[in-house]
Amino acid sequence: MSNLFDLLVAGLATGAIYALVAVGFTLLWQTSQTINFAQGEFVMLPAFLMLAAMHAGAPFWLAIILGILLSMILLGLAFKMLLVDPMMRHGVLPLAIATMALAIGIKEAVKQFFSAEASPFPSIVPTGDVSILGHAVSLQSIGVLVVAILAVFGLTTLLNRTSLGHQMQAAAQNPTVARIIGVPVERMILLTFLINAFLVALASLLITPIYLAKFSSGEVLGQAAFIAAIVGGFNQVRGAIAGGLLIGVLDNLAAAYVSTQYRAAVPMIFLIAVILFRPQGLLGRAEERTV
Amino acid sequence: MKSTLLVGALLTAITTTGAFAQTIKLADVAELSGGGATVGTNWKNGIDLAIEEINAKGGVLGRKLEVTHADSQSNPGVARAQVQKALDADPYVLLGPGYSGSVKVTAPLAAEAGITQIMGGEAAELTQAGNKFLFRTSFGQQSSMPKVAKYIHDDMKAKSVAVVWVNNDFGRGGRDVVIKELERLGSKVVADLSTEAGQADFAADVGKIKAANPDAVFVYLNEEESARILKELKRQGVTAPLMGETTLIGQKVIELAGDAANGARGHVGLTTDAPVDLIKGFRDRFSKKYNYVPDHNGLKGYLAVYMVKAATERMGKVDSKAFADTLHGLTIKAADEPGILMDVTFDGNGDIDRQSFLVEVVEGKQVVKQVLPKVK
Repeated sequence: MSNLFDLLVAGLATGAIYALVAVGFTLLWQTSQTINFAQGEFVMLPAFLMLAAMHAGAPFWLAIILGILLSMILLGLAFKMLLVDPMMRHGVLPLAIATMALAIGIKEAVKQFFSAEASPFPSIVPTGDVSILGHAVSLQSIGVLVVAILAVFGLTTLLNRTSLGHQMQAAAQNPTVARIIGVPVERMILLTFLINAFLVALASLLITPIYLAKFSSGEVLGQAAFIAAIVGGFNQVRGAIAGGLLIGVLDNLAAAYVSTQYRAAVPMIFLIAVILFRPQGLLGRAEERTV
Repeated sequence: MKSTLLVGALLTAITTTGAFAQTIKLADVAELSGGGATVGTNWKNGIDLAIEEINAKGGVLGRKLEVTHADSQSNPGVARAQVQKALDADPYVLLGPGYSGSVKVTAPLAAEAGITQIMGGEAAELTQAGNKFLFRTSFGQQSSMPKVAKYIHDDMKAKSVAVVWVNNDFGRGGRDVVIKELERLGSKVVADLSTEAGQADFAADVGKIKAANPDAVFVYLNEEESARILKELKRQGVTAPLMGETTLIGQKVIELAGDAANGARGHVGLTTDAPVDLIKGFRDRFSKKYNYVPDHNGLKGYLAVYMVKAATERMGKVDSKAFADTLHGLTIKAADEPGILMDVTFDGNGDIDRQSFLVEVVEGKQVVKQVLPKVK
């Protein structure tokens, strides 16, 4: 039983990170119909930006700030201006394929300019245990959960409680009408790209101490977050959160109770079941969109 | 005029052939680029250092050694092509490659050509295919795992052991031997956990170890995964002693895992930190020549060349066909041939028996705690 508790905590911590990444997926989809297949690499890259800053002599806290800022410029602004905007004209599919190419490009660039080998990455949470309900729970797991929950809470507050958030939602739901009533739709779309870049940088900061900084570490993350987004509902932020947590827990339980060899298959089977029986996702709403 | 030219040309030809006959040609195929670049570069530098030393002392049986290096790009396919090319030049002995996969695909070529191959691979199966021309420079799993099991049972006094292994040829090979040996000695394997190569998340695996509550944990993964599981073991507060092989306590693992690596122990066949004077001397000469401290692959390359020297001097002639037969069953003593660094015996399969070391990570440094004697 204590084993189950440990697995749940570890699963929730990993799931919270998946959720951050999955939320970014859904945000980009909602506002600009961008399916970003490079999302996993977007999580991998900020860790290397932070490492590069540290190699240049910056202390860890400064490296984090620089890493997040650089991510927002590269993975937010530049990604939108240089790849999404020019490709968008040709439709959703060419854009999706372009993001796949971008994923390969980022991976190879990191391999070329940094290293093909893994690098250690410091943790923002100190190691140690605290006791919860008689169980020793690592501070790292708790730290990851807390940071992720705060980020998601902040984001939902922004979207639901502020004028800016309402404008973003309006721009996502019906850009034409939003434009008529004076919402700066283009700026709102850019904002979602920046938010996505911030979220992936945060996810990078949380996951890299556990997974190590490696050029290929985005593959697993991107896939897990993609599944989480579809399972939860591609058009709902809360769906992506639920999907992320669910996939994290499911993955850990599968590894423990089914087999490590099939751990990757279990979320996939779950994904197929969801697509068959509830294609809009667990918390998503059915929508029709011409693409 | 014409005839003078002809005579001149003939003379040149004769003298050049004569000069070639004086040297003993070795061919090296190693991982000089790609993922195994560290392995191959150390191996190559070890070879070059040994050849330089031997030639400075007058060579082998009065003849100088000469080596050509070819790059396998850490790719078995390229390794095969390079070995074929090297064999076409009819070398005395083939050195390398270092990766077991590359050895596996090239060994049949060398055997067919009747050329002895001295390599760096450690997978158990390599020397079990009946190849009479293949020799190791380090322990195969069938030599190292019994030592590991004995240490877990005798020194760690573990009655129950959790075995974590990576699901590939390397991991499965080691797991099979160690579990057999542990059970033979009377230590119970309470958890037998397979993990995937490249696995990032070890929370579930460590959870299972915790639930099994073993006296010791044997970890047999590649370097990066070793670092990840060490961190996770620390994170979940597993206190059972950890035992592994070179891959658990290597410098790269210590760098990646940080203080989570402290206390981990491992069996190491070759290490430049060994408390052996001849190895210390090698380490000094190597560091002086190349400006860095070699890993065990540097030692392997160095030993490969001294194996060539010792066996050739035992035969008393340079005979590539009889070379393998001479090396089988041969014991080379460090007292007679200091270049071999430690006494070593080759068996009929090309496997080696040699003393080895028990290393513990103490405050981020490898410390040799114990010297484990030769098996026989």
